[in-house]
Amino acid sequence: MNNNISPRLLEAKNEPLWYFNKNSLIIIGVVILSLFLFPFTSPSKFAIHLMMMIFMHAVMAQSWNVLAGFSGQISLGHAIFFGIGAYASAYFYVKLHITPWIGILAGIGISGFVAMLIGIPILRLKGHYFAIATLLIGISFQVVFQRWPEVGSSSGLWIPINRDSPWTSMQFHKSKVAYYYISLIFFVGSFFLVWLLNRSKLGYRLRAIRDQSDAASSLGIHVSKYKIIAFVISAMIMAPMGSIYAQYVLIVDPNNAFNVDISILVLLISVMGGVGNIWGPIIGSAILIPISEFSRIYFGGTGRSIDLIVYGVLIIIICIFRPAGIVSLIPRSFREREKAK
Amino acid sequence: MTSQVIIQALISGILMGLIYALIAAGLSLIFGLMEIVNFAHGDHLMISMFSAFWFWMLFGIDPIFSIPLTILLMAAIGVATHYFIIRKILNSTMLVQICATFGLAVVLRALAQLLFTPDFRTIKNPIIQGKFEILGIFIGKPQLYASLVCLIAFILLYFFVTRTEAGTALQATSQDRQAAEILGIPSNKMFALGWAIGLSCVAVAGSMLSNFYYVFPDVGVNFSLFAFVAVALGGFGSITGSLIAGIIIGIVESVGGLLIDPSFKLLYVFAVYLFVVIVRPQGIFGRY
Amino acid sequence: MSILLKVENLSRSFGGIHANSDISFDVKEGEILGVIGPNGAGKSTLFDLITGFTKSDRGQVTLREKNITNVRPDLICRMGVGRTFQKLKPFAEQTLLENVIVGALAKEKNLKVARDKALEIIDFVDLIEKRHHYAKELSTGQRKRLELARALATDPKLLLMDEVTGGVDQRTIPGLVELVLKLKKNGITVVTIEHNMKIIMDISDRILALNQGKRIAFDIPKNISQNSQVIDAYLGTIDAA
Repeated sequence: MNNNISPRLLEAKNEPLWYFNKNSLIIIGVVILSLFLFPFTSPSKFAIHLMMMIFMHAVMAQSWNVLAGFSGQISLGHAIFFGIGAYASAYFYVKLHITPWIGILAGIGISGFVAMLIGIPILRLKGHYFAIATLLIGISFQVVFQRWPEVGSSSGLWIPINRDSPWTSMQFHKSKVAYYYISLIFFVGSFFLVWLLNRSKLGYRLRAIRDQSDAASSLGIHVSKYKIIAFVISAMIMAPMGSIYAQYVLIVDPNNAFNVDISILVLLISVMGGVGNIWGPIIGSAILIPISEFSRIYFGGTGRSIDLIVYGVLIIIICIFRPAGIVSLIPRSFREREKAK
Repeated sequence: MTSQVIIQALISGILMGLIYALIAAGLSLIFGLMEIVNFAHGDHLMISMFSAFWFWMLFGIDPIFSIPLTILLMAAIGVATHYFIIRKILNSTMLVQICATFGLAVVLRALAQLLFTPDFRTIKNPIIQGKFEILGIFIGKPQLYASLVCLIAFILLYFFVTRTEAGTALQATSQDRQAAEILGIPSNKMFALGWAIGLSCVAVAGSMLSNFYYVFPDVGVNFSLFAFVAVALGGFGSITGSLIAGIIIGIVESVGGLLIDPSFKLLYVFAVYLFVVIVRPQGIFGRY
Repeated sequence: MSILLKVENLSRSFGGIHANSDISFDVKEGEILGVIGPNGAGKSTLFDLITGFTKSDRGQVTLREKNITNVRPDLICRMGVGRTFQKLKPFAEQTLLENVIVGALAKEKNLKVARDKALEIIDFVDLIEKRHHYAKELSTGQRKRLELARALATDPKLLLMDEVTGGVDQRTIPGLVELVLKLKKNGITVVTIEHNMKIIMDISDRILALNQGKRIAFDIPKNISQNSQVIDAYLGTIDAA
């Protein structure tokens, strides 16, 4: 536009597109490496289980966070995609004798497709209308699967135990460490996926829609199309967690796969950690999941209630005093890319 | 299938619908005032039912007589909810508001499970029981009285909101908070009043439901879903809208269950919601 | 000069109120067209109709022989019509640079190229020092520039500016006006809504005057200032105020 380039402009153009904080990159690298090495420190079975649950819930919350953080829509029905993932891999294995590894991919694909079908009519809805619509659709899935004979109705699908070929059946009976690594890989994978999304053109467009959808469309962004894309990506991140969970517990039924509690839990974890922030789901999961796992040990059968009470109280406190989540307690320079002076 | 069966379904649908309507009216009133959806509404209903149950169990007070006590209890809970939680998130984002009331729902339900166990309980031999027959149609007395009491409560609510000074103040705050403040109506007090009345509606509905419905910690879930649907149908904030919407839902539930498949009752109601919000997002009746 | 935008009999009513009725005008390539009229005259509705934010009941909008009536807003943008909003709509939680990059991405495929283009435009609107500030931290005048930069980044042939100087303090007005003239110099056709009569008379090549949803005059500034209907409309508002 201007022919004579000012030195200030030249300076601005020479800035990199993204700042990489060297220290945080090193920290991330060290953390990932030590998570991979963790099983070699001969941890207890419980520790492996706990870490795995933290990873899985972080991925699930990350999935929810992609939708809420990028496009501003609040889903109360994310269990749909968890359930689809769980049923897809189980169905492929039980009925079609296809390895769960393919089943995971199928679950991802089906979830994305279902997200598109659901998203097209309801993503136009604003605020509470959308939230309630997802809540009702989520419950509808549960009701339908409870009465669908092909997938075992209420009793669900039992995955037959296979001790001969752990890798093709994705069943690891001797040690749960394999599940640990599978969920860790998805955990790291989802982190980098969201990290890339953040820095992509798609990320810019989705954030624009979240902040001001009218302005976004005045800048050439097809708002409803991009909202659907965000919903589909979110669903695809959720699905493999359902598949892994199914392989871990070897049973999928409408109650554990399409439970409303899953939808609520991913929301609580994200809000606890910080919505729209890549670290939010990880922090939220690292805080909330140990609470429920430990309370289950200490309080036995009633643990389910105690942990929920603690959850609920914590989330109310966060809503009142720290609506931006725990992540907002960390000083800004550590969480965000450095600004030029 | 005879027409008698259909009329039977229609009548029981309308009777349940009136109960849904009162529950929805409470939700709608709160939403109209401060644009907050109380996701713990069903759990407040559950508490009302437990209140009626324990008054009967511990003191032998029949649910019909414990209504005033339950109203007092729920109104107090409503004011406390507003004072300790809602007041502090009024200006927060919708997400934070949803989370706070969801958090409350989680706490209330878990507390009920911890204190009362997940058992299903019933009130044995309440004063209102049995059924009668007119022209071959059976009507359960508890259902009939429940819907009548809910209808009366609804009419009282309507008169309160439209004819009394406090009600008018409530409406003024609902329509324009700032303008009402200028006229000297303290919005904070109005909000507390709104919560007290909103949960009183639930108290009446819960007490009457406890006459014929199982009482257990998760009992509120489906009722709250129906209330969301009713409020969306009737238009968020519209009290009369929720009456009509409640009845529609009751009819859709029972007639749909009769004509198609009773195990998908929930889905028919949800389908109505989705149809309405997608075709007409402002609800059937709009606001007020 | 050839005609860039042609509006014919454009009409829209909201619940019986005629926000726009039978509005017709044209915009020539390279000119600045001012739109004036008292509050509620239908100026912003006119912009919403042209850019597809509101569906019209009747009438036609043509951009260079191409019918763009009731086309989706994002497509209108891609056809080369940019706009700003009367009630500013920045992406509040993002930096100025990020705001403008979103605009640049409408035409640029590469993020780095889009970034550089965004920087050039930010420099053009004279906010380069503020590029890393969050939109919510900027003043109203700066946010007006932000919206302008964002719209400019989409490479518009035609720019619709809703209230250039509304709501900003007196000192920042000359800079904004200068900016509009700079746009014209760069070959961008501008349609601008403006309340400040002195400014609009100075900068506009032609003026469209609206009152109560109807066109009351469409002429060069000199004739507009002597038009009795325009004077009446404005006197009317002064009386009411």
